[in-house]
Amino acid sequence: MSLYSAETRRLTKRRFTKLFILGVTLILAAVAVGMFFTNEKVGPSQIASAQAQAQQDYQRSQEQFGRDMADCRAAQGTDRAGNWPPGCEGMVEPTPDDFQAQWYMPPTFDFLENFPDMVTTLAALLALVAFIVGASFVGAEWSSGGMMNLLLWRPQRLRVLGTKLVALLAFFTALTVVFSAVWTGLFYLIAQARGSTEGLTSGAWQSIGLMELRGLVLVIVAGAVGFGLASLGRHTAMALGVTIGALIVFQFGLGTVLSLAEVKFAEAYLIPIWMIAWMDKEVKVEDYNSCDFSSASGCVPDSLTLTWPMAGGILAGVFVLVVVAAMWTMRSRDVT
Amino acid sequence: MTAVLEIAGLQKTYRSRKGVRRALDGFDMTVEAGQVHGFLGPNGSGKTTTLRTLLGLIKPNGGRMAILGREVPESLPEVAGQVGAIVESPQFFGNFTAQDTLSLLADAGGVRKERVVAVLELVGLRDRSKDRVKTYSLGMKQRLAVASALLKEPKLLILDEPANGLDPGGIREMRTLMRNLAESGMTVVLSSHILGEIQLICDSVTIISAGRRVAAGSVADVLKTHTSSSVKVGLEAGVDMRPAIELLRANGAQVSVEHDHFTVGNAGNPAQITRILAERGIYVSELTPMSADLESVFLELTGTAPVEGQNRQVDQTAAATPASGGWGQ
Repeated sequence: MSLYSAETRRLTKRRFTKLFILGVTLILAAVAVGMFFTNEKVGPSQIASAQAQAQQDYQRSQEQFGRDMADCRAAQGTDRAGNWPPGCEGMVEPTPDDFQAQWYMPPTFDFLENFPDMVTTLAALLALVAFIVGASFVGAEWSSGGMMNLLLWRPQRLRVLGTKLVALLAFFTALTVVFSAVWTGLFYLIAQARGSTEGLTSGAWQSIGLMELRGLVLVIVAGAVGFGLASLGRHTAMALGVTIGALIVFQFGLGTVLSLAEVKFAEAYLIPIWMIAWMDKEVKVEDYNSCDFSSASGCVPDSLTLTWPMAGGILAGVFVLVVVAAMWTMRSRDVT
Repeated sequence: MTAVLEIAGLQKTYRSRKGVRRALDGFDMTVEAGQVHGFLGPNGSGKTTTLRTLLGLIKPNGGRMAILGREVPESLPEVAGQVGAIVESPQFFGNFTAQDTLSLLADAGGVRKERVVAVLELVGLRDRSKDRVKTYSLGMKQRLAVASALLKEPKLLILDEPANGLDPGGIREMRTLMRNLAESGMTVVLSSHILGEIQLICDSVTIISAGRRVAAGSVADVLKTHTSSSVKVGLEAGVDMRPAIELLRANGAQVSVEHDHFTVGNAGNPAQITRILAERGIYVSELTPMSADLESVFLELTGTAPVEGQNRQVDQTAAATPASGGWGQ
């Protein structure tokens, strides 16, 4: 327990940790403030205004249609007829449905519809911070000789590295829980002031809670992977280098090669789509080069649905692979 | 006396594409309780590898090690609480204060908080303990490293180059500190290149070269065993030295000529010099055994004495065979 509390203290005392948490807090605050000011509550006056504007645009469009039709008819039999569809057929008269009032409504924050995107934003930012802080937490120890110093005190390599990792993950778990609670409360207030909280049944809250839980898992895996990679390379730069390399190879290189080769469901080989599948429970990838023809719906592209259990399996695999490799090298490699 | 530290036949081999390098080649070392023990060796001889292996940072390829009677590395977790060590110059987080640094180590090792203040006082960092480590000089960082090793009130203290970066006053303070610690019952193993210091404060030494022990024992014994048995010879004023030198050389003596005297380098029995010269009517006015210091013994044993016109490379050492006997015996 003393080692655990020492590691927690070491983590929270580090300036790097403080700076990154302050940075992510400021970014999240900016997002919340931005959402507050760019949304507004919709009342009868906003609805009336939207309806009036829709009606106005509809009338303007109808008048334009009338003028165009008249011009078209007048042009028939002259050399200007080529500027219009033959016989003025195919000119479609606008209908009121083309000018729905909802499209003229000001942006409003519907908690049920918009908050899931905010949960993803929070999870992505915290995962990034967890990755970098995790990598630096152990990487700086290795590169400065602090790890050697610690091992002289506690010559139990797996215990030292394991405790460090547990302290890191416990810290980010607590941080994510607190941030998620504050984030949810903040956006509930924003929705009340600048939008709507309608439809928030217990089932909806449960769904939001589960999504935040998946966000927490993402943060934990990111922290552990950053920590593990930096420990494998015994330097913070190792984790950052591997990540940048993976992004370049997987995101840009592989993405380009797969699309050039017209590989089916090329997106499924890229990392972000799996993150989306994890957070949104599922995501559908379509192959636009294919065509399943049916008389009812015409040409429909082939699709592949990536689900959260599939994404969870990948996250678990990466987590286990990196952590086990870090522990194994910690146990077997000399500390020089 | 009880052996606090025992190493027997320690081996460590590094394999790389360039080939196999034996960092430790059957190294032996014994340190008795309550002693200040000097651990000497040229750069790359295996000193730090030995200390790291002993402290569980490097896995050996063979041999046996014991600390306080317990086999290591198996029992290292149990004895670690009684061993304070610094290996090379440990680095600390620059943004932490000395107080924070030691307090975190105390937490990790389950040491009482009061010890932090006590060791800061002991190494002379009390007034700077709230400053960030990055503002410290090399000598102050070294003091902090020693403080971290003393935090546990160890029975065995292992210090790798503790005087590194210290000013003359600091070196003297460190010397006094080592002596006081030894007097309080602590066993101190000291690796250093400052041989004059080792000779002043150590009870015993082990000298390592090319991964092997080349000398061990009390400082006096090592000096006595490996002393060069040189004798300074002076003749009466106005007497020509040349006939005496030729006579001794003809009898197998290694003579080197100085300004007003000459030295016989292999004088196992100095009486032979007087007898040979007196038989030819040459009388000596001075016959002084030349005492060796630790530095000359070290240079002789490790084969690292500078040779004029040659640039010695780091791994260029020789595990010299200890001299035995000499001319005249």
